[in-house]
Amino acid sequence: MKKGRKKLIGLAIYFFLLLLPIYWMLNMSLRTNADILSVLTLYPANPTFENYIKIFTDSSWYSGYINSIIYVTINTLISLMVALPAAYAFSRYHFVGDKQVFFWLLTNRMAPAAVFLLPFFQLYSTIGLLDTHIAVALAHCLFNVPLAVWILEGFMSGIPREIDETAFIDGYSLPRFFITIFIPLIRAGVGVTAFFCFMFSWVELLFARTLTVTNAKPIAAVMTRTISATGLDWGLMAAAGMLTLVPGALVIWFVRNHLAKGFALGRV
Amino acid sequence: MNKWENNRAWLLTIPVLIIVAFSAIIPLMTVVNYSVQDIFGPGQRIFVGTEMFRSVLHDYRLRDALWRQFLFSGLVLLIEMPLGVLIALAMPKKGWSVSLALVVLALPLLIPWNTIGTIWMIFTRPDIGLFGATINNVLGIPFDHTASPIDAWITLMLMEVWHWTPLVALLAYAGLRAIPDVYYQAAKIDGASPWATFRYIQLPKMRGVLTIALLLRFMDSFLIYAEPFVLTGGGPGNSTTFLSIYLVKLAVGQFDLGTAAAFSLIYFLIVEVLCFLFYQALQNVGKGANP
Repeated sequence: MKKGRKKLIGLAIYFFLLLLPIYWMLNMSLRTNADILSVLTLYPANPTFENYIKIFTDSSWYSGYINSIIYVTINTLISLMVALPAAYAFSRYHFVGDKQVFFWLLTNRMAPAAVFLLPFFQLYSTIGLLDTHIAVALAHCLFNVPLAVWILEGFMSGIPREIDETAFIDGYSLPRFFITIFIPLIRAGVGVTAFFCFMFSWVELLFARTLTVTNAKPIAAVMTRTISATGLDWGLMAAAGMLTLVPGALVIWFVRNHLAKGFALGRV
Repeated sequence: MNKWENNRAWLLTIPVLIIVAFSAIIPLMTVVNYSVQDIFGPGQRIFVGTEMFRSVLHDYRLRDALWRQFLFSGLVLLIEMPLGVLIALAMPKKGWSVSLALVVLALPLLIPWNTIGTIWMIFTRPDIGLFGATINNVLGIPFDHTASPIDAWITLMLMEVWHWTPLVALLAYAGLRAIPDVYYQAAKIDGASPWATFRYIQLPKMRGVLTIALLLRFMDSFLIYAEPFVLTGGGPGNSTTFLSIYLVKLAVGQFDLGTAAAFSLIYFLIVEVLCFLFYQALQNVGKGANP
């Protein structure tokens, strides 16, 4: 029993350290800038929601959140739609060059975003998509589509092929089988994939900042701009940072039961 | 698993190929195009062949950034992998605490990368940060990540470990959950020590997920950009200028497109080769796990 307690204490210490920086930001977000700079306290003595109110009433702030959510949603939908059939092909069929194509897809997940920065800027300004949500969504497909194919392929390979065979003998066509039987079977995998696409699109900054000017500017970029312009409003920055945690925390809660398996890309 | 031979399966991959070709091949061709020219302005460009590549390969700042990058990735992996496994072993196995622990664990992974930088900037500043102030005032050790390269490295490593150890822990946890109970019962009957159980049952069973963890962690730490950009901006001096930061400095800061493009291609090639090696390892692990 003694060992069990030691484990528990270790875990508790880890979680404490994990939450400490986040708590510190929360603490900052509930204080005014003057207060932050004058004293160092472990908890806000006079908590104020001033910083949050400013964000929710100033459109240059809250539109950042809306923009982020729009392009993240578009990206998740595109990624899932194109990745589902491809993942099925990779998990079920053997075709010329399948391994090579799969690896090539994977390399794009590993591509340094910095390499693609200028070409993307040129490409999207040439076709007139600069500063639109769709441009960011498409740019994020560079790493999300390969990842989606990878995860979905893992989940699909866990479904025995006999199910497909039985359905085809029963006279199902491939599209009908795929939509009415197969997708419901791997819905946990689809949920987990959506979670990952959401996550990586939500946390990415480099593309999102480069491809937008004003209309589709993500919250992450609004934050960096404010840092350089006003320099020192720590309270406001902390409040904006706290708000970027909210969508992620909500999404984690919905997929919590599949989280562990999902992180293993369905390959446990 | 045996697969059906069918070349028409290519048709199913067409949507993916179109979208990735659009966002990968076209831009990459633009990079190649840049890399062999010297660009002075719109319409003013000279074909220079491999000159850019030669100048990049002789650039000592690039070589420094490369070594710095390997050192950073290596150190971070050495800390994150064992720590992640330890946490996974200590995680609760059933009940409501599992959901709670998983949600808390995954929290840092869902924070936008520049917010991570912001959190740690606020946390480690000597004047307003809990960590910085404690080290400076309570322990009396001067600590300032904006002035001392070593402090900047410590801060960045702490941040990276804080940010990404949960990913390793979640993967290892998923691997542990997948081990059937009979293995543990057998170990108990044989009177195996906890260490033996770990060494001969849990570790081999986690090999697949740990390889994925290693692959993802190595790649993402190798490409790190936003967090050091916010936290240190590559400084003090060039002490935390990693490859991506150096590349963006070249391309956007100095608008040195040809050199930046040549550098991009070399960078991409390094990543590609490493990726290939890891992928081969992953495939072999996959075969070993499902004989």
